[in-house]
Amino acid sequence: MSGKPFFRTIFDVPHEEYFSPGHGLCAGCTAGTIAKLLLKVAGPNTIVVNATGCVEVSTTTYPYTSWNVPWLHVAFENTAAAASGVESAIIALKKKGIMDPSTKVNVIALAGDGGTYDIGLQALSGMLERGHRVMYVLYDNEAYMNTGIQRSGSTPEFAWTTTTPVGSQWKGKMQQKKPIAEIVSAHGTPYVATSNPNNFTDMMNKFKKGLETEGPSFVHVLQPCTTGWKFDPRYGIEISRLATETAMWINWENDHGEFRVTVTVPRRRHVRNYLRMQGRFSHLTEQEVNEIQDSVNKKVENINRLVGKTVIGPLVE
Amino acid sequence: MPAGAVIMEPGNSAERFTGDWRTFKPVINQDKCTRCLRCWVFCPEPAISIVDRQYTSSSGRAWKNSVEINYDYCKGCGICVEECEPKAIDFIEEVK
Repeated sequence: MSGKPFFRTIFDVPHEEYFSPGHGLCAGCTAGTIAKLLLKVAGPNTIVVNATGCVEVSTTTYPYTSWNVPWLHVAFENTAAAASGVESAIIALKKKGIMDPSTKVNVIALAGDGGTYDIGLQALSGMLERGHRVMYVLYDNEAYMNTGIQRSGSTPEFAWTTTTPVGSQWKGKMQQKKPIAEIVSAHGTPYVATSNPNNFTDMMNKFKKGLETEGPSFVHVLQPCTTGWKFDPRYGIEISRLATETAMWINWENDHGEFRVTVTVPRRRHVRNYLRMQGRFSHLTEQEVNEIQDSVNKKVENINRLVGKTVIGPLVE
Repeated sequence: MPAGAVIMEPGNSAERFTGDWRTFKPVINQDKCTRCLRCWVFCPEPAISIVDRQYTSSSGRAWKNSVEINYDYCKGCGICVEECEPKAIDFIEEVK
């Protein structure tokens, strides 16, 4: 399904809005940007199944909703299961002749990292195995931000959270971040991609490809969190840009077994630039920063070897 | 209350104004603005819209449309200020 990209410049972005203002997301929360652009790609014929999380609690404070498309919330752990049911119900309605069989309905499951990495993993795995035509969008803010910044399976090593404090015994989280996109890839999922809101055309193309995939698709989006990562609200997009430039975050896609890095980085910057902008990493010593840099170097080497050419360039500055 | 506590009107959060969260106010300098739309695409609210209003800048350049901020919803996060390439958005402290 490769070919020319659907959204090439900012002027290809549709003007219609299906995400209303007035929601309660923090000022500068990039989840708003992600949800807004997701709905611009999906259009009105969409059903969104939302897991419990920041986006769920803040966009649907009763009796208000920010969604202009049908929206469903069941519980934290069963987003993928509920989305599977919605997709199967559409197929049943079409078979019974209640719904026009030519109607195309996009089913999107939208969940945060807690609802995907930890709580919703078994439902997600089941959905992938059964092969429902659902696009699962994961907005990853690397902790349980909604309940007060507790660690999750997604929190990176050394990051401060309220349950991985920084003191004499603990220096932030001691474990590695779980490679969720690789886990999903291992299910043989037809379309798996990682993206980030700074490269919005890349992100929107991935949403488009995910929706066009026959079968399940998974898009993992990095979402800088101003409250939990402790940075000034205005730097949300800047931090996601630095994540790509330092190769802390690599935008890739696995399209029916074909692996590609969609955003190449010719000159890589030191991870210091990314880490030092965030309060959650402010306790890091220079040695720990270099440790993170070493693990990023190794990851880049692996990616370059996998692709077969240098897509993420050498470290400069 | 409707059965199942269903919200009958889609997108009705627009009735709730979040503009009073703001301490700093972004103001677009229409003369400097190049209509690159980066602020519009990144605004998380979305409080920035493209309006069909012609504008002739002081240097004589005519634009077919303008970009406008809706201050009823703008929370003053400053992402637009940071992402504006020609630095055409001023961030002004709001004294109420």
